[in-house]
Amino acid sequence: MLRIRRDLVDAIVAHARRDHPDEACGVIAGPDGSDRPERFIPMLNAARSPTFYEFDSADLLKLYREMDANDEVPVVIYHSHTATEAYPSRTDVSYASEPDAHYVLVSTREPDADELRSYRIVEGEISEEPVEVVPEYEPAARVLPE
Amino acid sequence: MAVTVSIPTILRTHTGGEKTVEAAGSTVAEVIDNLDANHGGIKARLVKEGSLHRFVNVYVNDEDVRFAGGLEAAVSDGDNVTILPAVAGG
Repeated sequence: MLRIRRDLVDAIVAHARRDHPDEACGVIAGPDGSDRPERFIPMLNAARSPTFYEFDSADLLKLYREMDANDEVPVVIYHSHTATEAYPSRTDVSYASEPDAHYVLVSTREPDADELRSYRIVEGEISEEPVEVVPEYEPAARVLPE
Repeated sequence: MAVTVSIPTILRTHTGGEKTVEAAGSTVAEVIDNLDANHGGIKARLVKEGSLHRFVNVYVNDEDVRFAGGLEAAVSDGDNVTILPAVAGG
Protein backbone atom coordinates (compact mmCIF):
# COMPACT_ATOMS: atom_id res chain seq x y z
CA MET A 1 0.00 0.00 0.00
CA LEU A 2 1.05 3.56 -0.69
CA ARG A 3 0.32 6.07 2.08
CA ILE A 4 0.74 9.55 0.72
CA ARG A 5 -0.11 13.08 1.84
CA ARG A 6 -2.90 14.91 0.05
CA ASP A 7 -0.70 17.88 -0.89
CA LEU A 8 1.74 15.52 -2.65
CA VAL A 9 -1.06 13.88 -4.64
CA ASP A 10 -2.26 17.37 -5.59
CA ALA A 11 1.28 18.31 -6.67
CA ILE A 12 1.57 15.24 -8.94
CA VAL A 13 -1.79 15.96 -10.56
CA ALA A 14 -0.99 19.66 -10.99
CA HIS A 15 2.33 18.80 -12.68
CA ALA A 16 0.62 16.30 -14.99
CA ARG A 17 -2.06 18.84 -15.94
CA ARG A 18 0.53 21.55 -16.54
CA ASP A 19 2.58 19.41 -18.95
CA HIS A 20 -0.40 17.85 -20.74
CA PRO A 21 -0.43 16.74 -23.59
CA ASP A 22 3.21 15.76 -22.94
CA GLU A 23 3.93 13.23 -20.23
CA ALA A 24 5.07 14.64 -16.89
CA CYS A 25 7.45 12.81 -14.55
CA GLY A 26 9.16 13.13 -11.21
CA VAL A 27 10.08 11.64 -7.88
CA ILE A 28 8.96 11.96 -4.28
CA ALA A 29 11.95 11.22 -2.10
CA GLY A 30 11.75 10.06 1.48
CA PRO A 31 14.08 8.89 4.24
CA ASP A 32 15.78 5.58 3.44
CA GLY A 33 13.81 2.72 4.97
CA SER A 34 10.76 4.88 5.89
CA ASP A 35 8.55 4.15 2.84
CA ARG A 36 7.24 7.69 3.44
CA PRO A 37 7.14 10.06 0.44
CA GLU A 38 8.11 13.57 1.59
CA ARG A 39 10.15 15.69 -0.83
CA PHE A 40 8.41 16.46 -4.13
CA ILE A 41 10.85 16.73 -7.04
CA PRO A 42 9.25 17.40 -10.44
CA MET A 43 11.63 16.40 -13.23
CA LEU A 44 11.93 17.60 -16.79
CA ASN A 45 10.70 15.09 -19.37
CA ALA A 46 13.76 15.20 -21.63
CA ALA A 47 11.74 13.41 -24.34
CA ARG A 48 9.01 16.13 -24.28
CA SER A 49 6.63 13.61 -25.73
CA PRO A 50 2.99 12.60 -25.31
CA THR A 51 3.98 8.91 -25.40
CA PHE A 52 7.38 8.70 -23.68
CA TYR A 53 9.18 10.17 -20.70
CA GLU A 54 12.79 10.13 -19.67
CA PHE A 55 14.72 11.95 -16.96
CA ASP A 56 17.57 13.93 -18.48
CA SER A 57 20.77 11.99 -17.71
CA ALA A 58 22.55 14.93 -16.05
CA ASP A 59 19.45 15.71 -13.95
CA LEU A 60 19.26 12.03 -12.98
CA LEU A 61 22.84 12.04 -11.68
CA LYS A 62 22.24 15.26 -9.73
CA LEU A 63 19.02 13.84 -8.25
CA TYR A 64 20.64 10.60 -7.05
CA ARG A 65 23.64 12.46 -5.57
CA GLU A 66 21.29 14.76 -3.69
CA MET A 67 19.21 11.86 -2.38
CA ASP A 68 22.38 9.99 -1.36
CA ALA A 69 23.66 13.03 0.52
CA ASN A 70 20.30 13.29 2.35
CA ASP A 71 19.96 9.53 3.04
CA GLU A 72 16.86 9.52 0.87
CA VAL A 73 15.51 7.06 -1.67
CA PRO A 74 12.94 7.52 -4.46
CA VAL A 75 9.86 6.36 -2.53
CA VAL A 76 7.55 7.37 -5.40
CA ILE A 77 8.41 7.56 -9.10
CA TYR A 78 5.51 9.16 -10.96
CA HIS A 79 4.57 9.89 -14.53
CA SER A 80 1.47 10.68 -16.52
CA HIS A 81 -0.31 9.02 -19.38
CA THR A 82 -2.05 11.64 -21.41
CA ALA A 83 -4.29 9.56 -23.69
CA THR A 84 -4.57 6.18 -21.95
CA GLU A 85 -5.41 4.77 -18.54
CA ALA A 86 -3.12 5.00 -15.52
CA TYR A 87 -1.71 1.51 -15.99
CA PRO A 88 1.97 0.71 -16.69
CA SER A 89 2.80 0.25 -20.36
CA ARG A 90 5.19 -2.41 -21.64
CA THR A 91 7.84 0.31 -21.91
CA ASP A 92 7.22 1.33 -18.29
CA VAL A 93 7.78 -2.25 -17.18
CA SER A 94 10.91 -2.72 -19.26
CA TYR A 95 12.55 0.36 -17.72
CA ALA A 96 11.34 -0.12 -14.14
CA SER A 97 14.44 -0.70 -12.00
CA GLU A 98 13.59 0.47 -8.50
CA PRO A 99 12.03 -2.61 -6.88
CA ASP A 100 11.38 -0.66 -3.64
CA ALA A 101 9.63 2.29 -5.30
CA HIS A 102 5.92 2.92 -5.69
CA TYR A 103 5.33 3.60 -9.38
CA VAL A 104 2.50 6.13 -9.47
CA LEU A 105 0.66 6.77 -12.71
CA VAL A 106 -1.81 9.54 -13.32
CA SER A 107 -3.99 9.80 -16.39
CA THR A 108 -4.94 13.20 -17.77
CA ARG A 109 -7.00 11.86 -20.68
CA GLU A 110 -10.23 13.17 -19.11
CA PRO A 111 -10.07 16.95 -18.68
CA ASP A 112 -12.00 16.96 -15.41
CA ALA A 113 -11.35 13.56 -13.83
CA ASP A 114 -7.98 12.51 -12.48
CA GLU A 115 -7.12 8.85 -12.30
CA LEU A 116 -4.18 8.15 -9.99
CA ARG A 117 -3.01 4.59 -9.27
CA SER A 118 0.06 2.98 -7.74
CA TYR A 119 2.04 -0.14 -8.59
CA ARG A 120 5.06 -2.15 -7.62
CA ILE A 121 7.04 -3.32 -10.60
CA VAL A 122 9.52 -6.07 -9.70
CA GLU A 123 11.34 -8.21 -12.24
CA GLY A 124 8.80 -7.39 -14.91
CA GLU A 125 5.78 -8.19 -12.71
CA ILE A 126 3.19 -5.46 -12.11
CA SER A 127 1.19 -5.48 -8.89
CA GLU A 128 -1.32 -2.75 -8.26
CA GLU A 129 -1.63 -1.56 -4.67
CA PRO A 130 -4.16 0.55 -2.77
CA VAL A 131 -3.43 4.25 -2.31
CA GLU A 132 -4.30 5.79 1.04
CA VAL A 133 -4.37 9.57 0.90
CA VAL A 134 -3.89 11.19 4.30
CA PRO A 135 -3.91 14.82 5.42
CA GLU A 136 -0.62 14.30 7.31
CA TYR A 137 1.65 11.48 8.40
CA GLU A 138 1.47 10.60 12.07
CA PRO A 139 4.60 11.74 13.88
CA ALA A 140 7.44 9.22 13.88
CA ALA A 141 7.87 7.28 17.11
CA ARG A 142 10.01 9.41 19.36
CA VAL A 143 13.38 7.99 20.26
CA LEU A 144 14.14 8.77 23.88
CA PRO A 145 17.71 9.69 24.72
CA GLU A 146 19.49 7.02 26.74
CA MET B 1 44.08 2.46 -12.14
CA ALA B 2 41.77 2.22 -9.13
CA VAL B 3 38.35 3.77 -9.37
CA THR B 4 35.33 3.89 -7.10
CA VAL B 5 32.11 2.56 -8.58
CA SER B 6 28.65 3.49 -7.24
CA ILE B 7 26.23 0.61 -7.59
CA PRO B 8 22.46 1.21 -7.87
CA THR B 9 20.03 -0.66 -5.59
CA ILE B 10 18.93 -3.08 -8.29
CA LEU B 11 22.51 -4.32 -8.89
CA ARG B 12 23.54 -4.61 -5.24
CA THR B 13 22.59 -8.28 -5.27
CA HIS B 14 25.85 -8.69 -7.22
CA THR B 15 27.95 -6.78 -4.67
CA GLY B 16 26.69 -8.32 -1.45
CA GLY B 17 24.64 -5.21 -0.76
CA GLU B 18 27.57 -2.79 -1.11
CA LYS B 19 26.72 0.68 -2.47
CA THR B 20 30.25 1.40 -3.63
CA VAL B 21 33.03 -0.94 -4.69
CA GLU B 22 36.56 -0.54 -5.98
CA ALA B 23 37.48 -1.56 -9.50
CA ALA B 24 40.34 -1.15 -11.94
CA GLY B 25 40.69 -0.30 -15.61
CA SER B 26 41.61 2.49 -17.98
CA THR B 27 38.33 2.43 -19.94
CA VAL B 28 34.71 1.89 -18.93
CA ALA B 29 34.82 -1.51 -20.66
CA GLU B 30 37.84 -2.57 -18.59
CA VAL B 31 36.24 -1.35 -15.38
CA ILE B 32 33.12 -3.39 -16.18
CA ASP B 33 35.22 -6.50 -16.95
CA ASN B 34 37.06 -6.04 -13.68
CA LEU B 35 33.77 -5.57 -11.80
CA ASP B 36 32.41 -8.73 -13.38
CA ALA B 37 35.50 -10.70 -12.30
CA ASN B 38 34.74 -9.82 -8.66
CA HIS B 39 30.95 -9.54 -8.83
CA GLY B 40 29.85 -12.20 -11.28
CA GLY B 41 26.88 -11.45 -13.51
CA ILE B 42 27.05 -7.67 -13.31
CA LYS B 43 28.40 -7.24 -16.85
CA ALA B 44 25.36 -8.90 -18.40
CA ARG B 45 23.18 -6.29 -16.67
CA LEU B 46 25.17 -3.43 -18.19
CA VAL B 47 26.36 -4.48 -21.62
CA LYS B 48 24.42 -5.91 -24.50
CA GLU B 49 25.93 -6.84 -27.85
CA GLY B 50 29.08 -4.85 -27.21
CA SER B 51 27.50 -1.60 -26.11
CA LEU B 52 25.90 -0.20 -23.00
CA HIS B 53 22.38 -1.38 -22.35
CA ARG B 54 19.89 1.37 -23.12
CA PHE B 55 18.27 0.95 -19.69
CA VAL B 56 21.42 1.99 -17.89
CA ASN B 57 23.42 5.21 -17.56
CA VAL B 58 27.12 5.16 -16.71
CA TYR B 59 28.94 8.31 -15.67
CA VAL B 60 32.65 8.97 -15.24
CA ASN B 61 32.68 11.69 -12.60
CA ASP B 62 29.94 14.01 -13.94
CA GLU B 63 29.95 12.91 -17.55
CA ASP B 64 27.48 10.47 -19.11
CA VAL B 65 29.77 8.15 -21.08
CA ARG B 66 27.25 7.97 -23.92
CA PHE B 67 28.58 11.38 -24.90
CA ALA B 68 32.22 10.46 -24.28
CA GLY B 69 32.95 7.32 -26.27
CA GLY B 70 30.64 4.83 -24.57
CA LEU B 71 32.43 1.72 -23.35
CA GLU B 72 35.71 3.12 -24.69
CA ALA B 73 35.47 6.26 -22.53
CA ALA B 74 38.70 6.81 -20.62
CA VAL B 75 38.87 6.34 -16.86
CA SER B 76 41.70 7.72 -14.71
CA ASP B 77 43.04 6.74 -11.33
CA GLY B 78 40.78 8.11 -8.60
CA ASP B 79 37.75 8.69 -10.86
CA ASN B 80 34.24 7.99 -9.68
CA VAL B 81 32.16 5.78 -11.90
CA THR B 82 28.42 5.93 -11.22
CA ILE B 83 25.93 3.42 -12.58
CA LEU B 84 22.27 4.47 -12.58
CA PRO B 85 19.25 2.86 -14.18
CA ALA B 86 17.55 5.22 -16.62
CA VAL B 87 14.23 6.51 -15.32
CA ALA B 88 12.00 6.37 -18.35
CA GLY B 89 8.89 4.80 -19.80
CA GLY B 90 5.97 5.35 -22.07
